[in-house]
Amino acid sequence: MMMLGLGSVGLVLLSLAVQSGHGAQDSAVWSREETTERNYYTRYHNMSEITAWMEQMKRENPDVVSSMVYGQTYERRNITLLKIGLSSTVRKKAIWMDCGIHAREWIAPAFCQYFVREILRTYKTDTKVNEMMKNLDFYITPVLNVDGYIYSWHNESTRLWRKSRSPGTGGCTCYGTDLNRNFYANWGMVGVSTDCCSETYCGTKALSESEAWAVTDMLGKMREDILAFLTIHSYSQLILVPYGHPNISAPNYDELMEVGLGAAKAIKAVHGMDYTVGTSPDVLYANSGSSRDFARLIGIPLSFTFELRDKGEHGFELPEDQIQPTCEEAYAGAQHIITYTHDKAFYSYAATVTATLWTTLLAAWVSSAILL
Amino acid sequence: MGWTLLILLVVLTVVHGNPTVMVRTGSGPTVGFDQHPNSVPLGEDIQTTTEGESEVVEEVMTTGVLNPSHYPARRAATVVQHYLNTRYGSPYRWIFLSTVHSGSAEDVAEMGRKYQLELTMQEMISNVSGQCSAELFFPGGEGQSAPQVQASCEGLHQSNTTAQEEAFYQQHRASNNLVSGNNIPDSYGHMEPSMKPFWQLGGVASSFIMLRESNESTLYNMAQVANFTQLETEKDQLRFNYHVLLHEMISQEIIHWKLLVTWSPEQGVQVLQTELQPKCHHCEAPPNTTN
Repeated sequence: MMMLGLGSVGLVLLSLAVQSGHGAQDSAVWSREETTERNYYTRYHNMSEITAWMEQMKRENPDVVSSMVYGQTYERRNITLLKIGLSSTVRKKAIWMDCGIHAREWIAPAFCQYFVREILRTYKTDTKVNEMMKNLDFYITPVLNVDGYIYSWHNESTRLWRKSRSPGTGGCTCYGTDLNRNFYANWGMVGVSTDCCSETYCGTKALSESEAWAVTDMLGKMREDILAFLTIHSYSQLILVPYGHPNISAPNYDELMEVGLGAAKAIKAVHGMDYTVGTSPDVLYANSGSSRDFARLIGIPLSFTFELRDKGEHGFELPEDQIQPTCEEAYAGAQHIITYTHDKAFYSYAATVTATLWTTLLAAWVSSAILL
Repeated sequence: MGWTLLILLVVLTVVHGNPTVMVRTGSGPTVGFDQHPNSVPLGEDIQTTTEGESEVVEEVMTTGVLNPSHYPARRAATVVQHYLNTRYGSPYRWIFLSTVHSGSAEDVAEMGRKYQLELTMQEMISNVSGQCSAELFFPGGEGQSAPQVQASCEGLHQSNTTAQEEAFYQQHRASNNLVSGNNIPDSYGHMEPSMKPFWQLGGVASSFIMLRESNESTLYNMAQVANFTQLETEKDQLRFNYHVLLHEMISQEIIHWKLLVTWSPEQGVQVLQTELQPKCHHCEAPPNTTN
């Protein structure tokens, strides 16, 4: 009897040890692959891989990375962002970036992942990145339209899905609302369709989609603190500035164009690619209800849409061997905007006062030298 | 006094970048969140109608000199790209728009609109570039009439594709090994090297449809070759059934077309039949949107 008992306890213990050992080994192999294999950032990743990656970023950088669930999709999935920055006792200013609002634009979430990896890789050694991490928090949503993104991974026939996955209403049997037409920014006015089967269906009303509501809610709460808003799309190689309505101009249009053109120049310096800069109605098409327009409307001064590679040869199905060069150039463009934003916020006042006082001192010296 | 100033200056310079010192400049008047976010900044003018239909703002057609980076010139230039592919494209020659240098547009009294463009086009496989001058005419009126294009290019035909085309033609001419393929490129943008010429041929064949369907409010690209099947060679022409997905940028729609395509090095690409496919099989026809 006792032998049986001892034996079974031994067996249980043995199987537990094997299991946990096996599990530990698996996760060790997996994390070794994921973190050290440079190939990770040259491939597209499905939603569960991206979710696991977010956990890994938190685990490996606990003092600078945390996550926040800030909403739910139609299919009740979490919408998660990574908050990245050096911790501080005072309230910090913020940069917002979201990717994957349109499901089929796979290069966009790939870029968000690349961006996160890059700032985490360089903030300890690069003094500028370090300074920005100290003064700012980066709020990065790798995949905003989670339902749509998952659906686009389902099989080859769903790869080109764009919208959310909420069902049609009022007898219309098609699925999905264009999230980038659903924001409370001149909603429903131009560049939209009222047909729920259409790719630019703007929804039954503004913010009918929980995904758009989640972003609206977060931006509303953080409005005072967000210095720049970047939303990442593909394709066409463009940098778009507000507004999507042809007859409305942003009050700082000149500044937006100047910064945008600077970003395009930075992009071109990396691999020679041309990105065109302008308002959507000028360089692409008129549209309303976009997140970029909403961000500008509530007062975020620097609000841009990035449309990444290419110009139509592959379109949405950008080859994986173009992920790295696309991310490198987009990173340069984003950094130009972020650096401008940061320096404008943290340097301009002090610089003006300093310059004034130096001039005064110089004048005082010169005049005292003359008098002597 | 001077010393005080100096110390103050040093302190200020050192304290550069203190996050509590912040002035938000240049952002202009902002719309308070408690205000209606849709409110238009004062002094702005909108021409809109208040109907519930989709297009409520009239697109004003630009006339005169065109900005090369704005959409009217680029849409017209893409039409020229489609035209050049119908004329010169092959499984080894696929032309894409590189740069718009200049352009102009004018109304042609009650008949349509005419564009003139100076462009650089690039052949995708050889990377050879050429300068092109083009004239397009978009017919106005009720009917769905294709744009008419004239273009002359320098330097584009320098890519010598004869050897490759001939080899490809001979390889697939005999009917004992008919080729087929699907999802080119696949979801990851990949394709087998052997499929690449069929992808390029699909792109060129799609240009016939894209040219025909284009107007000033469209911008077409081929998104994917869903599938293709080689048929028996007839009259020395390679023959294929193609199912292609076209992406129309302004509506963002994916449009399915089936084509019957022939090709030989001598005759070039011809599209014998085209058939528009329904958007999706499980969707009902969209309800009439006039409410």
